[in-house]
Amino acid sequence: MATGLGARRAADPVDYRFLGDGLSATATISQAPASGASPILRFDDLTLGYDRHPAVHHLHGEIAAGSLLAIVGPNGAGKSTLLKGISGELRPLQGRVERLGVQRRQIAYLSQQTTLDSSFPMVVHDFVAMGLWRAIGAFRGLDHGLRQRIAEAIDLVGLCGLESRPIGALSGGQLQRAHFARVVLQDAPLVLLDEPYGAIDAASVRDLAALVRRWHGEGRTVIAVLHDLEHVRQEYPETLLLAREIVARGATAAVLSDDHLARARQIAEGRGDEGQAAVCHAERASR
Amino acid sequence: MSQTLSLTPLFSPFIEFGFMRRALAGCLALSLGATPVGVFLMLRRMSLAGDAMSHAILPGAAVGYLIAGLSLPAMTVGGLLAGLTVAVLSGGVARNSVIKEDASLATFYLLSLSAGVLIISLRGSSVDLLHVLFGSVLALDDATLLLLAVFTSVSVLALALGLRLFVLEGCDPAFLARISRLGPMAHYGFMVLLVLNLVAGFHALGTLMAVGIMILPAAAARLWVCNIGPLLLIAVLIAIIGSFLGLLLSYHANLPAGPAIVLTLGGSYLLSLAVGPLGPLASRWRSGWHFER
Repeated sequence: MATGLGARRAADPVDYRFLGDGLSATATISQAPASGASPILRFDDLTLGYDRHPAVHHLHGEIAAGSLLAIVGPNGAGKSTLLKGISGELRPLQGRVERLGVQRRQIAYLSQQTTLDSSFPMVVHDFVAMGLWRAIGAFRGLDHGLRQRIAEAIDLVGLCGLESRPIGALSGGQLQRAHFARVVLQDAPLVLLDEPYGAIDAASVRDLAALVRRWHGEGRTVIAVLHDLEHVRQEYPETLLLAREIVARGATAAVLSDDHLARARQIAEGRGDEGQAAVCHAERASR
Repeated sequence: MSQTLSLTPLFSPFIEFGFMRRALAGCLALSLGATPVGVFLMLRRMSLAGDAMSHAILPGAAVGYLIAGLSLPAMTVGGLLAGLTVAVLSGGVARNSVIKEDASLATFYLLSLSAGVLIISLRGSSVDLLHVLFGSVLALDDATLLLLAVFTSVSVLALALGLRLFVLEGCDPAFLARISRLGPMAHYGFMVLLVLNLVAGFHALGTLMAVGIMILPAAAARLWVCNIGPLLLIAVLIAIIGSFLGLLLSYHANLPAGPAIVLTLGGSYLLSLAVGPLGPLASRWRSGWHFER
């Protein structure tokens, strides 16, 4: 796999500082990144939602290139919505998200609800090879070097020997490994993972988490929506706690305090009124 | 010598009669052009959309017939216009509203069909639509054969160039949308190919049966392989052999050619259900074998 981002990782250590309370509705994701670490994402009064109903609102701030960031929060907190906004799939209701030095098509985004038709007659090798789109486009064939990269990606996720197996015959864990192999081949500077470990066994979680660490080591920015707080504490140096607004952001241990988690639950449970207020706000803004 | 004699009934109709050779050439063209499109229709769970689109082109062809009589260009242009209009409108609504693709297509093909019937009745003409409905594979003239050849060439070329796009659009459309701007082009391009092949098909097999040479070989082939490349090849092979045998059946049993071809293709599907390695019987046999072990 190409590892052109590795050098940048060494030069730009992730900013692990706890960045303050950020509890207001107009919350700030991050202050200036650590010295030398340029931002890869910048949010400017970003409000995202569906049919004029905001799911997260008024985000400000930056995410540094090379970050390994977990996004956690209760159901309905807007975690997946934020990833959709970052990926460009969802247009902001208000404000904007700037992608700095990364094109929308360069983002590898593994969404929670995949549209993959697993009954499609396709074998693992060809499925994983889709990740090479940026290199081969619609027309270019696979040369020896590219086939080698596909084989390495399949090997990396532990699917060696299953190259010729139809994707419909894979278990849930194997299919998720194949998705990760496809992300490997996308060679993306920014990787978005939306609950990537749902319904897969502990061994698969362990292997795929190692792959995420490897991406981080290569200098890629990885942002993952996760529910398992223990896993987040073990694997993610930085966390963003979201409940339609930012509750806390910074070093994982500090963010996942009982106080912050209780506040996130409180906001999520009382979201009816806040949600309605936010709708009115967005409607006013759109006029 | 005896081998030559035994093969004679297979080939003699095509050797003796020009109309049989023309029919075979037309069917070969349809097998190469329409069947791969049918494979993607089936994989995108749009098999019945093919049927709906065939209804959508019918009024266009009928209006062409009303204006210019049994004119190949008029009926072709009419069918293409009606089909493409329905494809673009239904695709646009499905992509930009809460109406899903099947409902969107159903609404527009019903509008197209009823408008066509209305136009015909307003003209007070008793148009003989049998040609449009059931085709005339045994009466293909040079112009129609040329049209089939051109449409097939365009279709094969477009499929070859866009194969990766069509596979991605069928397998994981959201992934395609993330990595490329070509998603909408893949969708509309595919619908254009569908209309093109349906219009080509109605000249030979009629609108009602043109879908047969798309879907039946595709469904039969799916029971044999689980990889898209071999699936396309086997489907085309089944379509060619089925068309050949269907024409022979029609000749020897004195049956209408179009239905004979489609029924033969249907037979290949039933056979595949019975003996295909991915068919229900083989699956049952395999699971029994597994547990007995």
